[in-house]
Amino acid sequence: MNEFPKILSANWGKPNSAGIETYLASGGYEAARKALGMEPAKVSQEVLDAGLRGRGGAGFPAGRKWTFMPKDNRPRYLCVNADEGEPGTFKDRDIMRFDPHMLIEGIIIACWAMQANNSYIYIRGEFEEPAKILEKAIQEANQKGFLGGKIFGKDFNLQVWVHRGAGAYICGEETSLIESLEGKRGNPRIRPPFPPQKGVFDQPTTVNNVETIASVPFIIREGIPAYRKFGTEKSPGTKLFSVSGHINKPGVYELPLGYPLMNFINEVAGGMIAGIKLKAVIPGGSSTPVLRAEECQNVNLDYESLAAAGSMLGSGAVTVIGEGTCMVKLLEILTHFYAHESCGQCTPCREGAPWAAQIAKRIHEGKAELNDIDVLSSLGANMMGRTICPLADAAACPIIDFPKKFREEFEAHIRNKGCPQAKPFPVEFK
Amino acid sequence: MTIEFKESAKKELDRMLSRYPSRQAALLPALFLAQREFGWISDEVISYLSQLMELPKARIYGVATFYTMFNKKPVGKYFIQVCRNIACAMMGGDGLLDYLSQKLGIKEGETTPDNKFTLVKVECLGACGEAPMMQINDQYYGNLTKVKVDQILAGLK
Ligand SMILES: Cc1cc2nc3c(=O)[nH]c(=O)nc-3n(C[C@H](O)[C@H](O)[C@H](O)COP(=O)(O)O)c2cc1C
Ligand code: SF4
Ligand code: FES
Repeated sequence: MNEFPKILSANWGKPNSAGIETYLASGGYEAARKALGMEPAKVSQEVLDAGLRGRGGAGFPAGRKWTFMPKDNRPRYLCVNADEGEPGTFKDRDIMRFDPHMLIEGIIIACWAMQANNSYIYIRGEFEEPAKILEKAIQEANQKGFLGGKIFGKDFNLQVWVHRGAGAYICGEETSLIESLEGKRGNPRIRPPFPPQKGVFDQPTTVNNVETIASVPFIIREGIPAYRKFGTEKSPGTKLFSVSGHINKPGVYELPLGYPLMNFINEVAGGMIAGIKLKAVIPGGSSTPVLRAEECQNVNLDYESLAAAGSMLGSGAVTVIGEGTCMVKLLEILTHFYAHESCGQCTPCREGAPWAAQIAKRIHEGKAELNDIDVLSSLGANMMGRTICPLADAAACPIIDFPKKFREEFEAHIRNKGCPQAKPFPVEFK
Repeated sequence: MTIEFKESAKKELDRMLSRYPSRQAALLPALFLAQREFGWISDEVISYLSQLMELPKARIYGVATFYTMFNKKPVGKYFIQVCRNIACAMMGGDGLLDYLSQKLGIKEGETTPDNKFTLVKVECLGACGEAPMMQINDQYYGNLTKVKVDQILAGLK
């Protein structure tokens, strides 16, 4: 489909791409064999030197995270974060549907590096189909002896389980995920202690995103220079981008990091739908700052370039917003989402998000005053940095940014006593 | 009449229990199993699980109400969940909901009198590339149009 390097999506188009035979034919499980012949610390070091950063949103170097695990004799756990709840993000689902063995091989390598004997894949409850595919793949890997006891003849055991969530965005946050895995409400924990000190079942735990772990086999098999050949110096390798919204070819694309955003939109993803002009882009999932069209022009899809533009790479979820979209309505939807998903432990989050949702709704319906726009901004500012987990910060981001970047649109709603547009979105259900 | 899992469900729960170092960690799997066997999470189900999982009823209730996928009231045979989040909304999600509502003769949050369909709105289902989309029971349906919705509903007996 395109001439880009394929690391994560190399097998996606193949017949029975999820089957173990397909994976083995592409050199699958050679990296795990190789890793288990290396010193565990050397494996972490390779992943660190390859420059692999966490793909779940925060971008923390994966190899470094693994070294935080204490070297005492307590049981250690790897939790793979397959909760994928950030609006706009739908890439991990494709890894699990189309190449579950790449994830399992990554788990083997990561667990060897951390000397962890148990791994849970925490998958959002709605993902029934990917969960079934994973269960089958785990069974196949067990049958081949890649999981279980004495893997590759080493004195190393590993059990991998799928654990289904049950509908709660907050469970993607790592300490909430841990609580949920213990059979509790998904209330995030106060840190410290951090998960490597006291995680699931009170034992040392590392939480990594699906895509982070699935990137590991290539690095071990092909080596650091092969991985660093793609991407930029500071953001090496490839990444999956989920693109949705007013775009001709929505879907998941693997690109080298550093690829120009506008080329991605206009060429790779087929350009804007129905000739609609670009209005804005949320480049990294709903909790990353929105960019107006003119702010997108010289931006590249990597950690540094997006940070320089005032946003974030996040989970790589590019939401494309066309002209004719009411930004007040979009804010209403997003604030409603965060209000619904707040676990309720912290006052700024529990009270702030629903309040902002009410104001956004009032503005859209023409029942607000000019002053309400400033209330939104101060509300957002007061939600930042004051809570147990970063959900409140994520919620605050559009509450602050939308009225700032689209002020004239918010004011027009108030002057007009309602949405100035006949319909909030340029595309209708047909 | 008190409720109880069938032998097959009990075996399934035992298999789940073997995956965790603590009994209570299997509570989410147990709730899923109970929902499948009994349809929804009633007070009776909570009492039963409380015994089975050796946990206070309040704990089970607290967990069951935290997660949106556990139904605290009965739902129709076909549980239709329409995504309301940004990508779907931008691609006509409201229209999709209206169309379903009109076809089924019920409003969002309601169940048809014959208990066949329940219609609700949900947050992002993680399939935004197929907007507008919905989930019916375990199945995702994407890139929806009126024609497609007609076909899907006609296929549900
Ligand atoms: C509210 C909230 C939701 C999150 N949801 C997810 C998610 O769905 N998937 C994910 O991988 N990380 C999610 N994260 C980030 C995780 O807490 C964690 O940083 C990540 O799984 C670490 O993996 P990585 O280092 O491989 O990126 C979320 C964080 C927050 C605060
Ligand atoms: S910030 Fe919100 S979601 Fe996070 S712990 Fe506090 S109340 Fe819960
Ligand atoms: S916005 Fe509808 S599936 Fe994500």
